[in-house]
Amino acid sequence: MKVQLLKLAHARSGDKGDTANIGLIALREEIYPILVREVTADRVKQHFKGICKGDVERFELPNLGALNFLLHESLGGGGTLSLMTDAQGKTFSTALLRMMVEISETEAQSLNLDQEV
Amino acid sequence: MKEKVRIAAGQGFWGDLPDAPVRQVEGGPIDYLMLDYLAEVTMSIMQKQRSRDPAAGYAKDFVPLMKQILPACVERNIRVTANAGGVNVEGCAKAVRDVALELGLAGKLRIGIVTGDDIMAKLDELLSRGVELRNMDTDAALSTVRERIQSANVYLGAAPMVEALNRGAQIVITGRATDTGLTLAPLMHEFGWSPDDWNRMAAGTIAGHIIECGAQCTGGNCQYEWRSIPNLANVGFPIVEAAPDGTFVVTKHEGTGGWVIIPSIKEQLVYEMGDPHSYITPDCVADFTTVCLEYEGRDRVRVFGIEGRPATDTFKVSISYSAGYKAVGTLVYSWPEAHDKARAADRILRARLDRLGLKFDQILTEFVGANATHGPLAGEPSPDLPEVQLRVGVRSEDRAAVERFTKEIAPLVLTGPPGVTGFAGGRPKVEEIVAYWPALIPKEEISPIVDVIDV
Repeated sequence: MKVQLLKLAHARSGDKGDTANIGLIALREEIYPILVREVTADRVKQHFKGICKGDVERFELPNLGALNFLLHESLGGGGTLSLMTDAQGKTFSTALLRMMVEISETEAQSLNLDQEV
Repeated sequence: MKEKVRIAAGQGFWGDLPDAPVRQVEGGPIDYLMLDYLAEVTMSIMQKQRSRDPAAGYAKDFVPLMKQILPACVERNIRVTANAGGVNVEGCAKAVRDVALELGLAGKLRIGIVTGDDIMAKLDELLSRGVELRNMDTDAALSTVRERIQSANVYLGAAPMVEALNRGAQIVITGRATDTGLTLAPLMHEFGWSPDDWNRMAAGTIAGHIIECGAQCTGGNCQYEWRSIPNLANVGFPIVEAAPDGTFVVTKHEGTGGWVIIPSIKEQLVYEMGDPHSYITPDCVADFTTVCLEYEGRDRVRVFGIEGRPATDTFKVSISYSAGYKAVGTLVYSWPEAHDKARAADRILRARLDRLGLKFDQILTEFVGANATHGPLAGEPSPDLPEVQLRVGVRSEDRAAVERFTKEIAPLVLTGPPGVTGFAGGRPKVEEIVAYWPALIPKEEISPIVDVIDV
C-alpha cells in the first residue's frame, strides 16, 4: 500500500551554495529501514524533477534513524544570487515529505498505519 | 579542573532575538556565553560599512549588549566568545573597552582579540605564488572575479581563541571564526583538551553545531509535533553542559519555553549537513554517524559516543565578490480567478520587458499561495484560491536593466488584469548582489594573531 512520507518521518533542510540538503528522520526507530529501502537517491531525484537540476547524493545515519540528501543545483544559483522565495531551501524538507512510498500490509499493521491511509 | 562547563548560545545569527543573550545570563547558572554573528556574506556588508566609516565594520549590536550584561558577567565570571569583530576586531574591542570603563569596570576586565583571518591585502601575492583559491563548488579560478572581490577571510578555528582564554581574556572577540570554534574553544581551555585529541575535538565541534543556530534545537522551527511545543513565546535558548570526557547534555534554563527532546536535537544535527562522515572544520573532521543520544531528564538530552579524525591541512576561505544586480517585484491578485489573473499579469510583464529589449541573466516568476515553496510538487492549485501573490525577480550585470524592470511593476495595476492590489511599498529596490566564493588555503599560509587588552 502507498503511504505519504509525512506519516513516517520528519525533516529539516538547509543550503550550502546552490545545493539543498534534506535530513529525513524516521518518526520511530522501526521506520528507518523503510526509509532506507524506499527513499533512494534516484527516487528523490525523480520526486524533485524540474527543481533539482544536478545529482542527488544520499548518506545514511543509522545512529539517528536518518538519511541525508544533497540536491545539487537546486537553489537558482544559491545564496544571494538566487531569486527564489526559498533561496535557502528551508522548505525542501516538507516538499520531500509529500513523497508517496510503498509499504507492505504487515508493515502498515505493525506501525498502526493501516487505519489512517 | 571543573567537572562540568556550561556554554550558553545567545544568538543564532546576526539579528536573532535581541533579549536572548540577556536571558541566558540572567536565567540561571552558565559559565560561557557564545555569540555567533557572522553569516556567509556578513563580512562584505561590514567591509562596505568600514569603507564609509573607519570606526565601523563590526556587529554594532554587540556593544550595547555588552553594556547590558558586562556587570553580571564580571560579577559571576561568565566569559564570552563572539565572532562580533567582523572586519574591524580592534574597533569592536575598543568599543567594548569604552563601555566597560563607563560601567566602572577598570582593572576588572581583560579582552582577547583574535585577528589574522583577513587575507584581502595579500590576495594578489597569494595568487602570484600559485595559491589558486579556486571555487570549491564550481572549480572556477579566482582570477575570473578578481576585480570584483570585496572581502576575503579565512575561517579560523578554536586554537587562537583558546590562547586568548589561556591568557586570561574574559571576553574573546574574533573576526571570521567558525561558529563551532566558539563552543569548542572554552572546552579545550577548561578541560585542557589537546588539539590532537580528535574525538574530543569532534565532540566539542558537534556541541557547537547543535547550539550555533540558537533556539533551532530547542523547539524553534521544529517540525516534530510542532503544535505540542510549549510556550515558544518565551523559548529557551540552548545550553551545553559538557564533561571532561567529551560527553555533554543539551538543555535550557528552567522555566523557559520550547523543548529539548531527541527529535529537536536530531533536526538540528542534520541541518546544513553535507557528508555526515566528514564534517570538516579547522579543528578536526567530525563524524556525525557516531553521535548517540539519550534522555537524561526533562529537557535534557545527553550526547555521547562522538568520534573524530585529524584536521585537514587547509583552512576554508570566505571570499565575497560583486555579482551584478537584482530586484523582486510583487503584486497581489484576489478572487475570483486569482491565479489566472496573476499568470496573465506575468505574461504581460514579460512581453513588455521583451519589447524594451532588456537582457537579464535570469527572470523568475513565482505565484505565492500556489507554488512558491514546493513548485511543481504542490500540484495544480485550487481554481478557487482567495488570493495569489505574483512575485517576479530579475538578475543582471546591467544595473540599468534591473532599474527599468522596477518601473514596470506598479503600472500593471492600471494596465493589466483586474482585482489587483498590494503595490503600496512603491517601486522594488535594486540590490547589488554580493556573492559568496568558498575556497581552500593551506594552513601554513595563515598566522592567527592573538592580543589581549586590559580595561
